[in-house]
Amino acid sequence: MKKVIEAENLVKKFGDFTAVDNITFQVNEGEIFGFLGANGAGKTTAMRMLCGLSKPTSGEGRVAGYDIGKEAEKVKANIGYMSQKFSLYNDLKVWENIRLFGGIYGMGSDEIKEKTDELLKRLNFENEKNTMVKSLPLGWKQKLAFSVSIFHNPKIVFLDEPTGGVDPATRRQFWELIYEATDRGITVFVTTHYMDEAEYCDRVSIMVDGRIDALESPMKLRETYDAKNMDEVFYQLARTAKRNGG
Amino acid sequence: MKAIEVKGLKKKYRKTEAIKGVSFEVDKGELFGIIGPDGAGKTTLFRILTTLIYPDEGEARVEGLDTIKDYKEIRHIVGYMPGRFSLYQDLSVEENLTFFATVFNTTIEENYHLIEDIYKQIEPFKRRKAGKLSGGMKQKLALSCALIHKPKVLFLDEPTTGVDPVSRKEFWGMLKKLKKEGITIVVSTPYMDEAMLCDRIALISEGEIMKINSPEGIIDEYDSRLWKIRGEDMHRLLKDVREYEGTESCYAFGDSLHITLKGGEESIGGLEKFAEEKGHGKIRGEEIRANIEDCFMKLMKK
Repeated sequence: MKKVIEAENLVKKFGDFTAVDNITFQVNEGEIFGFLGANGAGKTTAMRMLCGLSKPTSGEGRVAGYDIGKEAEKVKANIGYMSQKFSLYNDLKVWENIRLFGGIYGMGSDEIKEKTDELLKRLNFENEKNTMVKSLPLGWKQKLAFSVSIFHNPKIVFLDEPTGGVDPATRRQFWELIYEATDRGITVFVTTHYMDEAEYCDRVSIMVDGRIDALESPMKLRETYDAKNMDEVFYQLARTAKRNGG
Repeated sequence: MKAIEVKGLKKKYRKTEAIKGVSFEVDKGELFGIIGPDGAGKTTLFRILTTLIYPDEGEARVEGLDTIKDYKEIRHIVGYMPGRFSLYQDLSVEENLTFFATVFNTTIEENYHLIEDIYKQIEPFKRRKAGKLSGGMKQKLALSCALIHKPKVLFLDEPTTGVDPVSRKEFWGMLKKLKKEGITIVVSTPYMDEAMLCDRIALISEGEIMKINSPEGIIDEYDSRLWKIRGEDMHRLLKDVREYEGTESCYAFGDSLHITLKGGEESIGGLEKFAEEKGHGKIRGEEIRANIEDCFMKLMKK
């Protein structure tokens, strides 16, 4: 199977604090990979390295075929990223946001135009083309943010707590978008604090104190930890943490 | 007297109606949850109750005091932890706490017993600047500062948003202890599982309260039969179940799907057969009790 992420012995230190402590794992093409861990376990630091935003102290990693240490710019150009905190510009119109991000990712203006119409149609957003993003309902914003993050057709998209704070129905609709993206061959790397969402992933890793202490399908994890659900699995692992990251 | 009485409250921001006529009461000593997604109006409600903004219509009372006329008195008896970290980033942990104690004319020592369990976890870092704390430690400091004057009513606006499940459990453990001290607690959250930890909850969506009851009471009021099913390929199963003509609703819930059928159907046999024809093998539906998310989604549809 083709690997979209290969991390080998990745370490990140800040002074004498080891934020990410020697993690090794792979993510397969087309997979939904859940990246879990308590606050302060090292998820964000690990993700920043994988996105080419932070150089590892030691170890190696390849994302979308490029070396995260030596080819960080190519990594950035070949991935998508969305977080709940930042995704779209509120003071730009819907189409302007799409054009901006398309441009940033180096798409030509003809291609952007053509794909914008296609996208608006698929999302049923044709009437909102000229709407300011700030006046869109939250659920719509999220849909748009996700679509924009994969607009340039990246091999992999990183989603950092994409569903925080949304209502239960919108949260589920969002996961259906994720499934659609994987149907189109895009690999999804997602962090979440909702343990039911961990169940929607093909495989899940759980970070504790900078290490990956478990990596399996949700079903196998439940078996291994003799747990009713992922919430219990997470609880068993995360409470062994020594760090007071909280 | 009730700890909180809210009647016909409305608030508009330009064209946006943040709260569209909300009424409820909270008993003294109650742990009351306001459960709803971002944009439902939770923060506006908190800001009115803590006298930071005026409502356009309606009235609100805290411990019998009017939020407009008696705002000064209210400010003495409530503690408020806003959703956004709002302590002084350039002051140390201890300085922040001393500041809030002084503002309320008290000392850290006087009410130390109230915050002891929480504060002692961050006390080793008391000389650190608040801006340099981790998320969990900021949360504990903010809670300590909101408690230091021994408020009668504590308002916590989304204290657990973005917090991992283990720390969330710990936080709710702290709230239970505070409840024993007789403090009335009003807490908002977008996490539906936390609803079960409250005495009573209000489910809020788009500026309106859809339901108020105990969590169990809300679940008892769910009036459809609900089944859960599992399959090998859950995403394909979800799509197929939605295509089935008898399906009323179908949502993913962790490792299973939750389904209601049209017209109060008594049996899920038809759907099981349909799933088998679609190549999902032998699937057994199991009738289950709704959870808060099931209830919330059903109420939202109305």
